Amino acid sequence: MAFASIYVPNFLLQSVVRDDAELRERVIALIDGTPPLEKVVAMSEAAARVGIQLGMTKSQATQFSGIEIRNRSRAQEKAAHAALLDLGWSISPRVENTARDTIVLDLAGLSSLFHADENVAHELVRRATALSLLVNVAISFNLETAIHAARGFAGVTIIPPGKEAQRLGCLPVGVLSPSLEVLETLERWGVRTCAALAALPPLQLSERLGQEGVRLHELARGASVRSLVLIEPSSGFEEEMALDYAVAELEPLAFLLGRLLDQLCARLTARSLATGAIRLRFDLERSPEKNLRYLDGKPSDEPAPSVYEKVLNLPVPMRDSKMLLRLLRLQLQANPPTASIIKICLAADPARQRTAQDGLFLPISPDPEKLELTIARLANLVGDSHIGSPELVDTHRPGEFRMERFVPSRDESLKNRKSSKPAMGFRAFRPSLPLKVEFREGHPARISFRGMRGEVVATSGPWRTSGDWWQENPWQHDEWDLEIHFRFPPVIHLERASTCPQRGLYRIYYDALRGNWFMRGIYD
Amino acid sequence: MPQNLAALRAKVEFDLRGRASAPFDYHEREFIETVSVGIPEIDLLTGGLPRGGFTEICGPPCSGRTSFLISALASRTAHAEACVLVDGSDNFDPHSAQAAGVELKQLLWVRCRNIDQALRATDLLLQGRGFGLIALDLSDISPKTVRHVPLNAWFRFRRSVEDTQTIFVVLDQEPNAKTCASLVLRLGSEAARWSTTIETQTVDPFAHPSAWLLDGVDVRAEVLRSRIQKADAAGFHRGFAPAGIDGDTGIFGTKTIWSDPGKLPLESKPKGPKKRG
Repeated sequence: MAFASIYVPNFLLQSVVRDDAELRERVIALIDGTPPLEKVVAMSEAAARVGIQLGMTKSQATQFSGIEIRNRSRAQEKAAHAALLDLGWSISPRVENTARDTIVLDLAGLSSLFHADENVAHELVRRATALSLLVNVAISFNLETAIHAARGFAGVTIIPPGKEAQRLGCLPVGVLSPSLEVLETLERWGVRTCAALAALPPLQLSERLGQEGVRLHELARGASVRSLVLIEPSSGFEEEMALDYAVAELEPLAFLLGRLLDQLCARLTARSLATGAIRLRFDLERSPEKNLRYLDGKPSDEPAPSVYEKVLNLPVPMRDSKMLLRLLRLQLQANPPTASIIKICLAADPARQRTAQDGLFLPISPDPEKLELTIARLANLVGDSHIGSPELVDTHRPGEFRMERFVPSRDESLKNRKSSKPAMGFRAFRPSLPLKVEFREGHPARISFRGMRGEVVATSGPWRTSGDWWQENPWQHDEWDLEIHFRFPPVIHLERASTCPQRGLYRIYYDALRGNWFMRGIYD
Repeated sequence: MPQNLAALRAKVEFDLRGRASAPFDYHEREFIETVSVGIPEIDLLTGGLPRGGFTEICGPPCSGRTSFLISALASRTAHAEACVLVDGSDNFDPHSAQAAGVELKQLLWVRCRNIDQALRATDLLLQGRGFGLIALDLSDISPKTVRHVPLNAWFRFRRSVEDTQTIFVVLDQEPNAKTCASLVLRLGSEAARWSTTIETQTVDPFAHPSAWLLDGVDVRAEVLRSRIQKADAAGFHRGFAPAGIDGDTGIFGTKTIWSDPGKLPLESKPKGPKKRG
């Protein structure tokens, strides 16, 4: 049974530069600690070449020209570790979370899929690159040997069974992670490599170094045996970025969001998942002068919120980072944050990828992803409340409806439903138009509205409806259907005359609670 | 001169290489697919609504444009197609539409506040593609305002809808799209039909207004422009004109659909002389 170990060298730095590949080539040092005692905890290869060393203080590091100093980011380390685990689960369900920078996979049963261990290793490297991680991969039949080989050898290392001691022999004893005291002792003895340690007699080693010596001896020989400690696959996908400088403009923010979305989507792809919702959270800058909140043009005592949260619900699971970025941009344009942003957190709710295949005879329907983008753009144009599918409300209150999210169905049961005979259309006035009504013998005889006057030539009504008398907003309407012939006022603009109808069918009502007449709409 | 023409032709063909394979060849127009409006008289008169075409329905208020629209929407949503209504002045009434058979879940309703929003929304929707029917309702926007829509906007819409399966319908008071439209229909209402439950044959609706109901209205449709070949199967070209069709004019009747009182919830009941939802 083979094991593959994946090790991320220079993990602290990689977790920071993961979001920006260009940073890898720069002279960059990570510092950590309490100011002013921050020390260099990681650096790029270019930084090491110019002479920067671990443990240097920040002031020492800044002496080097062209150096870029970044703070260590535990949030990004957490995200990088999550990405490393996603990489493991993308290949095998049996994964051990050995350390922050190391995981081990059980490769049992994968031979039919990948045929050879080399293929597994190269696939792991390829997928790690897609997740913006540069990794070492080692495959061995001994679990501990795989871990030490991954930490000791760059790139891909395949260790055949029985060759563990031979391959580990050239590695320094330090890869076995001995205690500092034992390492000093071995150094004094002149034992610097695993081969030299493996050559020592175990009994005498035990007498001098105790149980740790025996353990190190077994590790150096590749003879240590232990079981894999498995972890459950996590369902959380989250990426964070703490910003050195607050961002107030949408363009730079979209650039940063794009990077995080790329990472999120790469992780989702690694797990063959998509997302059904994106949760966006910004920590906002809190400065007294910027925190003044204005309500109705006056400064308010209420403090401005320090956190901005938004949920982007998707009608179908998707993982196209560019599409998600466009949707987020539209949401942010419609509802921008109230202050500059100092931290970004993006979380994706995982969902199974849509795999449905369109049928040849399905009705016409827009692509769900494109539709969502179109609706978001339209919502930006006309407002969220002015777009969607109308849904009738279970009430008799005239004209009541609510707007629901538009999710067109391609259900075959809808198809070929019999449509009824041509029905007379009705156009509603929102809000209802006030009008004046003159009565004759108990029915409307003349009406005037919008500067037009008309004679009623036919009537039907009154039809009385009322309801909600047990609530705060009851209604009681007497409705009439009227056919009206219009008489234009003597002085009327020519343009107006051409647009004024000669006659029309209208529905009017008397609001008994308000004591006024209104026009509900026109039959058209 | 002929040599110059040949050289010019060769140069144009060279400049357009990769964009147009044979710019000087005659391309025969493909057959325009049409679908039913849901009104048999209109289907016979026009051949149906053209897919990938621009249809303009014009007429004054109360001329039956909305009846036409909801019939078309009912027809398309009955085929499970996704439809859009860009409502230029937020006048759409979902109650009457549902009563007319429109499947509201299949309808995206964009409630605009002015013509500018309506045109921009239409542009976005036409670019989005995949809809069965997109209706731009400018019925209640004054003809003067609609007249100021630049012609290139209509051309842009026509170009966007070409080579798609989408039916694009514009409702306004006067024809504005000119040659961009594949089909232009002018509607006008005839007399309204009233019915009564009382036995007297009096024609005075004032006598007992609560005994009268608005039954519907007859609508006259006139084809102002059409690039659609009417279906031969209808017998239209064989000299047989069905009832209600006369040359380029047809009349169809609409019917007022009242809600079924049996479906009313118990919370409130009409108190008037005649129950109606």
